[in-house]
Amino acid sequence: MSTSVELRSGADRDLRLLGSIAAVCAVWIGLYRLNGPFWNWLLFDVIDLSPDERLGETIRFFVFDTTKILLLLSGIIFVVTVLRSFMSVERTRALLGGRREGLANFAAAGLGIATPFCSCSAVPAFIGFVSAGVPIGVTLSFLISSPLVNEVALVLLYGMFGWEVALLYLVAGLVIATVAGFVLGRLHAERWVEPFVFEATVGTAAGVGMRPTMRQRAEMGREEVVKIVRKVLPFLLIGIGLGAIIHGWLPEDFFERYAGPGNPFAVPFAVLIGIPLYSNAAGVLPLVEALYAKGLGMGTLLAFMMAVVALSLPEMILLRRILKPRLIAVFIAVVAAGILVVGYLFNAVL
Amino acid sequence: MTTDIRILGPGCYRCQALYENTLLAVDELGLDAEVTKVEDISEMLTRGIMYPPALIVDEQLVMAGDVPTPSRVGELLTEFFASRPQ
Repeated sequence: MSTSVELRSGADRDLRLLGSIAAVCAVWIGLYRLNGPFWNWLLFDVIDLSPDERLGETIRFFVFDTTKILLLLSGIIFVVTVLRSFMSVERTRALLGGRREGLANFAAAGLGIATPFCSCSAVPAFIGFVSAGVPIGVTLSFLISSPLVNEVALVLLYGMFGWEVALLYLVAGLVIATVAGFVLGRLHAERWVEPFVFEATVGTAAGVGMRPTMRQRAEMGREEVVKIVRKVLPFLLIGIGLGAIIHGWLPEDFFERYAGPGNPFAVPFAVLIGIPLYSNAAGVLPLVEALYAKGLGMGTLLAFMMAVVALSLPEMILLRRILKPRLIAVFIAVVAAGILVVGYLFNAVL
Repeated sequence: MTTDIRILGPGCYRCQALYENTLLAVDELGLDAEVTKVEDISEMLTRGIMYPPALIVDEQLVMAGDVPTPSRVGELLTEFFASRPQ
């Protein structure tokens, strides 16, 4: 008897949870719709600024963009975190185990986006994958795509430049990770992996596979939104502030002459600067927006951003424990080459 | 007896955050526990952990792959002690 009562109250709680998620969704859509009209009304009707003057336009740009990006960021991070709670590195490892190279490289690149990951998991995941029979090239496809295609970057690109650029970034990241991993596999990269990796015994985690309840997944999503928004907010405000000033005041062809899309050296130069820099996408993108407004090519900027987020010194140092310097060098070279191609392609297309 | 609490992780910010949250939780609960950080990868691997950090209490895996808040760590520890046969 008591179990049926518990079950019913559990179902009730799930219903209430779904109800509150639906309510939050409705509020979100309402806010997103009202964002433009509200600020126009406040700034131009109530405060009586003029939309045709620089000050009015700059302020409108700042408040509108900040609100829009914060809304997009919270929405997408919540959805991504809840979806990702169904995936784990352990599950991805099982999915990729024993696959042949080729299609598996693409699958690994896709899973690299879907699986929760941070640079601290690079080494244990690498060894775990290898011990499960995942080919080195496929493992590398996974390791390249997970930092390269970043969900915060995706949201910001969508918010700042529209869905075409966001989609191009996603596809380019997948292609680079797939091809780079495949090429490294063809080069027999296992020669350059420290031998102990192949001898490591990897246990199965008992108890890690606890399935979270829907409520816990929603809770995780909410916590992640707060955590990430808090982390990126200062960068975002500075970046959008810069963007707003440039939008209103600076001449738009500032970089056009030196580093515009027509300059063939702009892309390699951007990648060279980007490799030693290490930051998250949220720190780079406002800068990207400000530079784009000054006439830098979109391909050049995407190449810069990808070099910053994909090739990071701390991660290379961690990987050095298991990869010989030769493979790290080849790894950087292959990924950098992929980014160069994307940079030139986007400069030509956009 | 002093409880042995270990945080497994290769030394990234997430592992550091879990370490700090665990210290706060232990303090809050007034536990007699020693909290240590373990950066050795082989221990993670033999336990099958591929997404650090992990929380190990008296050789038992309590949580892996997440950075819970101090109060959540406290709940995990309390649940663990409640379910453990004395």
